[in-house]
Amino acid sequence: ILISDLQKAIENQTGLRSYRNRRSLSGYNYEVYHSLEEIQGWMHHLNKTHSDLVHMFSVGKSYEGRPLFVLKLGKRSRPYKKAVWIDCGIHAREWIGPAFCQWFVKEALQTYQTDPAMRKMLTQLYFYIMPVFNVDGYHFSWTNDRFWRKTRSKNTRLRCHGVDANRNWKVKWCDEGASFHPCDDTYCGPFPESEPEVKAVAHFLRKHRKQIKAYLSFHAYAQMLLYPYSYKYATIPNFSCVESAAYNAVNALQSAYGIRYRYGPASSTLYVSSGSSMDWAYKNGIPYAFAFELRDTGHFGFLLPETLIKPTCTETMLAVKNITLHLLKKCH
Amino acid sequence: IDDVGHKYHLELVLEDVLDKDSTVNCTAEVLYHLGNKNIAPAVQFTIEGELKNTDEADNIFYSRIKSLEKELVAENIPDSHGSVSPEMEPIRLLAQVASGYVIWQNSTENTKFQLAQIKHVKQVKRSDDCLEFDYMILLHEMVSQEIIPWQMTVLWHPQHGVQVTQDSCQPKHALE
Repeated sequence: ILISDLQKAIENQTGLRSYRNRRSLSGYNYEVYHSLEEIQGWMHHLNKTHSDLVHMFSVGKSYEGRPLFVLKLGKRSRPYKKAVWIDCGIHAREWIGPAFCQWFVKEALQTYQTDPAMRKMLTQLYFYIMPVFNVDGYHFSWTNDRFWRKTRSKNTRLRCHGVDANRNWKVKWCDEGASFHPCDDTYCGPFPESEPEVKAVAHFLRKHRKQIKAYLSFHAYAQMLLYPYSYKYATIPNFSCVESAAYNAVNALQSAYGIRYRYGPASSTLYVSSGSSMDWAYKNGIPYAFAFELRDTGHFGFLLPETLIKPTCTETMLAVKNITLHLLKKCH
Repeated sequence: IDDVGHKYHLELVLEDVLDKDSTVNCTAEVLYHLGNKNIAPAVQFTIEGELKNTDEADNIFYSRIKSLEKELVAENIPDSHGSVSPEMEPIRLLAQVASGYVIWQNSTENTKFQLAQIKHVKQVKRSDDCLEFDYMILLHEMVSQEIIPWQMTVLWHPQHGVQVTQDSCQPKHALE
């Protein structure tokens, strides 16, 4: 006998494990970047195969008519549960964002049974995950311009398209750190919530403002964990809670591979900007509003190699879990 | 400094991108001139110790390009997914060095530039020993978040180092 368990050897080789388990996630590669169509297909699949923990719904339509899908993750354990909102891909070219959102969902579903922390998170909270916020822009970055940032709304007068979806929120709109010029990459739009994507998500967050206790938005690149304010140099009322959450999250992140993140108010840590989703979420009563700027610090920038998806997502998971568990401990 | 500008004293650590464990301490002084923003900031620096010797790798790259039958042409380095082929790695490193010069020449206290991508690179035949590359690069400016196309002509020789002989900012729609 040369091979003691031939069945096992064959399965290991061809990954047949995937269809023994109907609920398997292992057919999908989380270490490559996926197109919008692939991500939407993935969401549909999870909605079907993990209906006890996943519910997919749409908050509206994009400028070009695409549905804005959100996944609601969590155990239907009790009638009223607090929630965490996570969005990725507000800026089209920041591909590591949507990659992380998918990774988060995968981790949640795969470790729910085996990891007490994850089980606690999904039992006590709901997670609203929007893997691609700026669907039109993301699609455009795959087909036309890899460095596209804004939405794809048409401007009535000029040849330039799109609005910076992170300058279009109704909080000190179009003040410092945003541009009135439609051709600029930080164009704030003709008026707040002019972008259907922003309007749809703002509507959802407003409706659920009592339920949602944390707002997390994922961007790239700079390796930073930011909290309000972006539009002014001032300290938020619940500074000590938020700052200690950020401090612990950044340390947790660093424990994976030694990667250092800076943290602090966005205005002094990154730059001043107005009309951002994070500031709006905070103003709307969500006590923990964070924006992550993921890897790296400029060597690859937006073109982060796929080989770095796994380490980036692994370390970021630690930060997100840390913030979530901090949130459950009540320091608002 | 009154009537002159802002001077910054920096203590920094340089890290070899090809060998993360290889670091060297550095001190520098950077003076941003008041008024005329078209002058590059003045930089003075000292490095503690020596930089690694790269003669072997330099000569391998030099010989390889010299022995090409046709002039090198390439585009989108890294590609959309962040990949760089091994043959293009030195071309990319050269662009990073050269773009460092362009970035220095165009920096103010309110800019933060990074090399985003090599859109296009074309080798230019020369009668002398130097290698010449005509690059079209994309610079990412962090504060405005703009992507700026920039043309630069780069000369290189293992013993003579890198030189940017010509560079010019391109209009945004130069890529379309």
